[in-house]
Amino acid sequence: MDYDSLLNATALAIPPSGIRRFFDIAAEMEDVISLSVGEPDFCTPWHVRDVAIDSLQKGRTGYSPNRGFTALCREICSYYSRRFGLDYDFKTNVVVTVGGSEAIDLAIRTLVNPGDEVLVPQPSFVCYEPIARLAGARAVPIVTRVEDEFRLTAEALKASISDRTKLLILPFPNNPTGAVMRREHLESIAEVLRGTDILVLADEIYSELTYNGQPHVSIASLEGMKERTVVVNGFSKSYAMTGWRLGYALGPEPVIAVMTKVHQYAIMCAPTTSQHAAIEALRNGDDDIIKMRDEYDMRRRLIVRGFNELGLDCFEPEGAFYVFPSIKSTGMTSEDFCERLLRKKHVAVVPGTAFGECGEGFVRVSYAYSTAHINEALRRIGQFLREEK
Amino acid sequence: MNAILKILSDNPRLSNAEIAAMTGLTEEKVGEEIAHFEKSGVICGYRTVINWDKIEHTDKVTAIIELKVTPRKDTGFEAIAEEVMGFDEVESVSLMSGGYDFSVCVTGRTFQEIALFVAKRLAPLDSVTSTTTTFVLKKYKEDGIFLSAQDDERGADVL
Repeated sequence: MDYDSLLNATALAIPPSGIRRFFDIAAEMEDVISLSVGEPDFCTPWHVRDVAIDSLQKGRTGYSPNRGFTALCREICSYYSRRFGLDYDFKTNVVVTVGGSEAIDLAIRTLVNPGDEVLVPQPSFVCYEPIARLAGARAVPIVTRVEDEFRLTAEALKASISDRTKLLILPFPNNPTGAVMRREHLESIAEVLRGTDILVLADEIYSELTYNGQPHVSIASLEGMKERTVVVNGFSKSYAMTGWRLGYALGPEPVIAVMTKVHQYAIMCAPTTSQHAAIEALRNGDDDIIKMRDEYDMRRRLIVRGFNELGLDCFEPEGAFYVFPSIKSTGMTSEDFCERLLRKKHVAVVPGTAFGECGEGFVRVSYAYSTAHINEALRRIGQFLREEK
Repeated sequence: MNAILKILSDNPRLSNAEIAAMTGLTEEKVGEEIAHFEKSGVICGYRTVINWDKIEHTDKVTAIIELKVTPRKDTGFEAIAEEVMGFDEVESVSLMSGGYDFSVCVTGRTFQEIALFVAKRLAPLDSVTSTTTTFVLKKYKEDGIFLSAQDDERGADVL
């Protein structure tokens, strides 16, 4: 059969991940030191796992309501209120999803019409553009620059807005750059959006991982923004629960109602074992977050210093668990750099171009690793740089 | 917990400059603090955790000896502990609550060597009323470190 003529043309046209080839090379090698993964190296806190096990032993294995267990919706709202000063109604403003990823998918599919434009600051996580395209919308990248510490600026936003702009994605703290939008930066963005019909999808999955004593600020907490913002968050990064696949969206009732409807038909409900675990995480997991954040913070400082010592300029990121050093001084492209480093020194990092064309000249390095592991990788990168001179 | 101690207890091979970067202190301050910890006996030494089972032809046998003693009139358990810890064969000595008094970790080249050490050196000590020797067959974790490498199962191809 000629599948190419049978398959959905939009889905077919979406390019595969550019780093697939690269991971295949790494998979063939022994003793690869990887700084490439995008998930915590901690295990889910024991008390959280224990509650999940207990729920299974007691046979609590059925569905939950479509939007999630009421107890979980309550805890999510209570958490957003105490952590970020945002008050949502647990009955109408929240839907529990399969990871933050599903919440992003639901939000975009619920908010855009064919022909709409979705503004995507880049470099950023890879899913926004394909999802927008599948919904018939057009993704419009907005380049963020190292000079602005990879923040979205009001000027860049204004320059990208057109009559067709429907939605702004706001992915901060950012994967891959580690950039954070502080209150004053968000305020300037909010200023541009107030009085327009542009909606915001705030992907706050890294909201618990901010450093330098700067707690995360949600754009929804700024004046006039809650009504136009869908907040996406989840348990993967804050509580080291990536494999549990549990996230959620918070937003205005009419938006959440339609998102829940789509969720109902596509997914039914998020996995209930994970939901039981998440309730425990929100009730008794604040200390776990602090412990992990402190550990990441020390590694962050270690690795920033390490790259700067090696002569690869690395701005100090204030969030997530990535650094985004510039490799321009080597004269290599990001892909070249990563492939040569992998082949010669068996160190895996991710080319910045995986996160948008404007990531050229940078690499993403994860520090969700032990200090000994980080230092061994830095040592090998140092050797590599000397040999490539 | 003191940040420097926490860092060093995880990885003592980090340089003062690296620890300074991690904590936000100056390199000098880190050096001073570590010197102070060493001098005051807070930091007692730096050791490497080695999985000897991985080294061929290394004869190393470990046993845990449960020691029951009669505390001495003036010096209680202290003087006995000092005598026991004086032997090179003894890796660690701890005073315990419960069914016996001291837990003594002893290493030697063979089972027999340890048995003889217990019989000839520990058991005859004044105040020792009984010994129970149990040999370690395999070590899985030491000082918080897994002795067999744990695979990093994280999805390497997930961005």
